[in-house]
Amino acid sequence: MKNYIKYLLAGIFFGIVLIKSEVVSWFRIQEMFRFDSFHMYGIIGLGVVIAMISIQIIKRKNIKDMEGNAITISPKDPKQVTRYIVGGTLFGFGWALTGACPGPLFSLAGAGYSIMIVPILSALAGTWVYGKIRPSLPH
Amino acid sequence: MELIEFLRQPWPWYVAGPLIGLIVPILLIAGGKLFGVSANLRHACAACVPGDIEFFKYDWKKSGKWNLVFVAGTILGGFIGGWLLSNPDPIKISAQTITDLKALGISDFSGMLPSDVFNWENVASTQGIILMIVGGFLVGFGARYAGGCTSGHAITGLADLQLASLLAVIGFFAGGLFITYIIYPFIF
Repeated sequence: MKNYIKYLLAGIFFGIVLIKSEVVSWFRIQEMFRFDSFHMYGIIGLGVVIAMISIQIIKRKNIKDMEGNAITISPKDPKQVTRYIVGGTLFGFGWALTGACPGPLFSLAGAGYSIMIVPILSALAGTWVYGKIRPSLPH
Repeated sequence: MELIEFLRQPWPWYVAGPLIGLIVPILLIAGGKLFGVSANLRHACAACVPGDIEFFKYDWKKSGKWNLVFVAGTILGGFIGGWLLSNPDPIKISAQTITDLKALGISDFSGMLPSDVFNWENVASTQGIILMIVGGFLVGFGARYAGGCTSGHAITGLADLQLASLLAVIGFFAGGLFITYIIYPFIF
């Protein structure tokens, strides 16, 4: 369990940032989809830039992880256009309906919004059904 | 005490954005892990209800235990941010959004969610079923179909310049805009 404390701490940090930045807010997501504020675009945009610079540094300096292993990021297959467009659009439907993506669902539940248990259980059901019908879906 | 007061304020985008971006290198350096929350829904299925489904037959402890611990932290972080450091004031969203949402019939702007819609009494109404149950289902189904959610594609994948993630993010927004502009007027 000792090896997992770092992941617990990273998760706590993420959960706090999600709440304090109001990314978890249903209102902020609506504001984003209505193009009424820069808030969410600023957060995602700067997040991508900082993560991009970090990844470049890690790759160019061949930085190893704390367990001494080389860090690799396995590429996703861009030839599977259908899954990204169709799956992405279905996810977008859910994102706008619940006003939350998976991280915020969990963070909101922790913040005391017990009603979020409903979409979390539904998301588990959705994941399970995807696994069930996966062989017959175009990817 | 002043520090607590400071932390209770909402954090601006230019503080929160870099902090979220830093999760990517933190997890890579901690153990070569890729930031992505929705994979946990798959790990949970594999751990609890794998059925006889190929997609859930893998060693979830080996590949996913770290991530389940991470998401347990996210819940705990939600508690810290939402209870101990909670901002007592309503969120300062744009006046235009408030006007549009009021026109849809939303009246409670005090919390993170409109409590006149997202509450236990409303779960079984048509509106509640569409927003919470269908919405949640599509979050889980769509994330796995697309191979990731906002954290995995919009943050990690875009930062690694993956074309697949760009396609997925285009889908995220197309879907979100369709619901917001076309479907919302029918469910509120």
